[in-house]
Amino acid sequence: MFTTLAAGTETDSLAQVAPFLYLIFAAITILSAWMIVISQNIVRMAMYLLFTLGGVAGLYFLMSAEFLAAIQLIVYAGGTLILIVFGVMLTSKNPFIRLQSMLWERCVAIGLGLLLAMLMIIALANTPIKQTGTEAVAQNHDIHTLAITMLSKYLVPFEVAAVLLLVVMIGAAFMARRRA
Amino acid sequence: MTMLALFQPGLYHLLAVSIALLTAGVAVILTKRNAVGILMGVELILNAAGLNFVAFNRYVWANAVDGQMFTLFIIVLAAAEAAVALAIFLNFYNNFDTINVDQADELQG
Repeated sequence: MFTTLAAGTETDSLAQVAPFLYLIFAAITILSAWMIVISQNIVRMAMYLLFTLGGVAGLYFLMSAEFLAAIQLIVYAGGTLILIVFGVMLTSKNPFIRLQSMLWERCVAIGLGLLLAMLMIIALANTPIKQTGTEAVAQNHDIHTLAITMLSKYLVPFEVAAVLLLVVMIGAAFMARRRA
Repeated sequence: MTMLALFQPGLYHLLAVSIALLTAGVAVILTKRNAVGILMGVELILNAAGLNFVAFNRYVWANAVDGQMFTLFIIVLAAAEAAVALAIFLNFYNNFDTINVDQADELQG
């Protein structure tokens, strides 16, 4: 233990804290995701969604996708979630309105969710996956490669996404306007 | 030390989180009556998909960053989808004075 600490390189120390970080981020993500299911208050649901998105951003960091983690925090937690909170405020007379869903509905939903999880676990257990080592990650997964890929191989989807965002902006402004 | 080695994040650890997110999203969509709540369930499912893309990119095919690109596009599409959906909900609320999806039955035959 101490010898590895003394002789450890940077990647070794990352490997030592990675289990802790994984447990923390996974616990935040899963607990707040299921708190969204349980919660009856729409504003609290938005708050739990924020924690879920933050936890997923942490997992992206852990998988050495730093740019994606930053984008997740900026666009999702900063943009989409604010949009949802504004939607909540604009569409309810009382922001602390309780969403009544009957007990049997919640039981059916959670049962279906567990069934889906079982299905996916069984499918995963029966699928052989050949994993690669971590050397390629250090070589290829940096922002430079991401930028080159985005503006060469994925240039057309990039431009289409730009046009889509313009269409969405005009369409949303047109639909949400107050009629005279 | 062996206990910690068990939680050294690998492909299956991330896939477990992704499965939990997806099932939570499905349960949210099935239980919530509020349209904005259903939108939150959709966001959870999109996040599960993005997590899957990055995990497979990181642990199975690390020679390129295609998985990260797909997750970027998922984030862009989620933002666009949330904007359009909230515009529709706002319009619906202005016309019917409610956001409950049970009462959105104008097109019911």
